[in-house]
Amino acid sequence: MENRYGQTETVDQKSNSKKSILIAYLAFIVVLGVILYVSQSLESFSGIGLAVFLTFYFSTTALAFWLLRTNKTNSLWADAWKRLFKNKLAIFGLMVLWLTILFVAVGPSIIYWTTGFTYDFIPPTGNLVKSFPPSLQHPMGTDEQGRDLLARVLQGGRISLAVGLISTVVSLLIGVSYGAIAGYSGGRIDNFMMRIVDIVYAIPYILIVIVLLKVLSGENTPEFIKWLSIIFGGANNQGLSQIFLLFFALGLVSWLTMARVVRGQILSLKNQEFVMAARATGVSTFGIIFRHLVPNALGPVIVYATLTIPSVMLSEAFLSFLGLGVQAPYASWGSLAADGIKNIAVYPWQMIFPGVTMALTLFSLNFLGDGLRDALDPQTRKF
Amino acid sequence: MLSFIIRRLLLIIPMALVVITLTWGLIRLAPGNFYENEKNLPAAVVENIKEKYGLNEPWYKQYGIMLWNTMRGDFGESVKYQGQSVNEIIARHFPYSATIGVLAYILALIIGLAAGIIAALKQNSAFDYGSMSLAMLGLSVPNFVLGPILVLVFSLWLYWFPTARLQSPAGLVLPVITLAGIYAAYIARLTRAGMLEVMRSDYIRTARAKGLDEKTVLLKHAIRGGLIPVVSFTGPALAALLAGTVVVEKVFAIPGLGNIFIQSIFNRDEPLILGIVAFLSILIMIFNLLVDISYAFLDPRIRYE
Repeated sequence: MENRYGQTETVDQKSNSKKSILIAYLAFIVVLGVILYVSQSLESFSGIGLAVFLTFYFSTTALAFWLLRTNKTNSLWADAWKRLFKNKLAIFGLMVLWLTILFVAVGPSIIYWTTGFTYDFIPPTGNLVKSFPPSLQHPMGTDEQGRDLLARVLQGGRISLAVGLISTVVSLLIGVSYGAIAGYSGGRIDNFMMRIVDIVYAIPYILIVIVLLKVLSGENTPEFIKWLSIIFGGANNQGLSQIFLLFFALGLVSWLTMARVVRGQILSLKNQEFVMAARATGVSTFGIIFRHLVPNALGPVIVYATLTIPSVMLSEAFLSFLGLGVQAPYASWGSLAADGIKNIAVYPWQMIFPGVTMALTLFSLNFLGDGLRDALDPQTRKF
Repeated sequence: MLSFIIRRLLLIIPMALVVITLTWGLIRLAPGNFYENEKNLPAAVVENIKEKYGLNEPWYKQYGIMLWNTMRGDFGESVKYQGQSVNEIIARHFPYSATIGVLAYILALIIGLAAGIIAALKQNSAFDYGSMSLAMLGLSVPNFVLGPILVLVFSLWLYWFPTARLQSPAGLVLPVITLAGIYAAYIARLTRAGMLEVMRSDYIRTARAKGLDEKTVLLKHAIRGGLIPVVSFTGPALAALLAGTVVVEKVFAIPGLGNIFIQSIFNRDEPLILGIVAFLSILIMIFNLLVDISYAFLDPRIRYE
């Protein structure tokens, strides 16, 4: 592994290679866990799926802790972890997020097994337009169709978190490559590419999202989005492929700042010796950009990605508020809160519970992002 | 300095034209047409509409006409609001957004600057943690949640302010607070970070070393440097506030520009969309220019050739 100055660390080669295998394994488990968690996302409440998710979730957490305990090197990352763990607010945020993911993953199944309520189960009470206030049976009350709000909030959390995750990954892929290529190329190409960013910045993003949604809906939906929605939600799920389209569209408009951040980093890195060394040993331009420069700019990228997640979730909530986002019977925190606003005078719980849940999650993400910035970028940290 | 300003002002025109071109392309990219959403129109009516909006011409001719009209500042008639020119519509709705926007901006500046500066001076104190947690909360509560909660508490329970519409000055209070919340939070955080960084810089140490009292150090030296990140945020933010925010306008039933813009996108009202986008992008670019100019006054090290 290279450290931030590009020197190859020769000490402790053996433990290092063991560590990287472990990290690769960890990453694999996280990805698998996320896929499994989202894949039992909507219709299924199978015990096996839940057991698999729980196993992965807890073993990943345990592994992460074990790695942290055994990691005694003074690398940039180990230092950053130490600083992060001293930041109480960031750790609070991390714990809230950990619990949120757990509840959101486990909750709907448990509610289904114990009471039979799901996010779209409308009880045949003969009582049509009535929203029940919070009670023992419905801890968060019901919406005006009689659907259990707790089940809807937990289910909506899956979609809200997935929006944050998937859109951020899309914006990461585009923003990092774009910014890195612009920064490394320099000169005219850089100038041209950054002016494009400026111009796209000036077009209201809502216009771009709406047009993207219109252009790509129905028959024009790209194959991979249909493919994603089939994997995650089962076949014939029109509403779901619409939701995935929204994730994708949000990612497509939120990469601009990421591109600027990465470009700035690359500009300050590209004249350092390790790049010259790489060039002298005949590494291709592609290799220099993606194997040498991008890994060294990872700190700010991680920080900015953490802060992109809440902003994307807010955008999704805003679009749902306008009626463009997630549509019933599916739910996200944003769409639930937006639906609740209409009845706020009569049924305030319809807005308050999803709104507060969302605010709490965004709060934790913002704190975590702040803590990461302080930890990874010692120059701006608290002193 | 003057040549810098003139160069930047001249650059606004081509940039705005590129933005307009891309917007026009985006609108044309979307399938369908504005008249196809209407009920079954007789063929003759469709023909008349096409004639009126020049849709029978080849696309490059339409584009050329559109560009020429944009340069003259004439966007034509709205498709949805028959008989009203785009310029009239913007002129009618902009004052509402601008009033709320300016008031919210002033409120956010006062709260944000005061909280940020005090938090930085009393670092790690209870006030610092309290105000920064509050700011983080402000960033995390979506304004379409904040607005209705304020309405619920102050209008429906306490009867202090009207729930919606701008019929009296009291009606301004809740929308302005809702709008200012998130900006005040941002400004407080930026001010605190900027001040902290400046307070330990060399020139502040020099100022102290030459025996200036703490008040002069703070007011004459530190604030100017510490405000640079705030200024670069508030320039575009003011433009965005003036343009109106859809959520606040929707929640409080205010006939501002933001709402009209969203409606025009839904209605696919091409002239109106283009007019508003042109107006907004020029507004943003002018404010960005003002930000760049104000850097030179705040930080003597920054010079423009």
